[in-house]
Amino acid sequence: MSELTGRATALVIGHQDFAAGIVSAVTAITGRTDLFRTMSNYGLDTRATEAMVRDAIADGVTVIFSDLPAGSTTMAARRAQQDNPGVTVVTGVSLPVLLDYAFATGTGEDAADVAVAKGRAAMMVTRSSARAD
Amino acid sequence: MPIELHRIDDRLIHGQVVVGWGQPLELRFLVLVDDEVAASEWEQELYRMGVPSDMRVDFVSVAQAVERYAAFAADSKPGMLLTGDIDTMARLCAALPALRRVNLGGVHHRAGRTQKLRYIFLTSAEEAELRAMAATGVEISAQDVPAARVIPLEAVLAGEALA
Repeated sequence: MSELTGRATALVIGHQDFAAGIVSAVTAITGRTDLFRTMSNYGLDTRATEAMVRDAIADGVTVIFSDLPAGSTTMAARRAQQDNPGVTVVTGVSLPVLLDYAFATGTGEDAADVAVAKGRAAMMVTRSSARAD
Repeated sequence: MPIELHRIDDRLIHGQVVVGWGQPLELRFLVLVDDEVAASEWEQELYRMGVPSDMRVDFVSVAQAVERYAAFAADSKPGMLLTGDIDTMARLCAALPALRRVNLGGVHHRAGRTQKLRYIFLTSAEEAELRAMAATGVEISAQDVPAARVIPLEAVLAGEALA
């Protein structure tokens, strides 16, 4: 049985198809479909987005991953978080962050901290170098 | 003109504003006109969180915006003025003869609104308010991001761009 059984599903929220796209990549890599639920802010004002986030929290979501720190998705999550202090919001989410979270074994909050550190470490710039020979 | 854009956007400060417009226009300040946000430190902190450190944000009420508009317009750096609804922008236009061009950037779905564009939904009262603004000489057009087509108000209201 998976060690993740029992952990509340996390929410991934973003612009347009961001959440569905990035979570489909997680599923392709991990084979897991039960880790994340997704939400888009497409066509929604901030209040409607916030209402959807609050619904997700009411369903048991305790960790929210959003795409852009300046995005309305993050604003909605932060507003909902204000009345729900047990909720953790992670912004600037990337595939390495979600993959690490997917395989983590700690609580949602601890797993989010570790996943963010791994996500930062996964960012790098590579350049080709001239061959010496 | 230092205030490059006067924008109605119910998401206020978000990705399209900070990144979509902010980078190509090299915006260095935002004037967020909203009575509720101007009275809430917490809301201001929330909006500041998403703004780059080299971009200033002035949170002002409608009355403060009218009072300080000349100073904002005289700023040597490019900026954007934002309101979260049509009524707030209409009040500014009525009080500020210099404000003659308005961008409809995002008025999203809500009960009672009819879709006019992918990102514009309006009640009949909001339509009437926009027509009234236009009748006073304010040039109104819709454009969510710089790369998108500019759509004049009449075409927006006719729903032409939805076809």
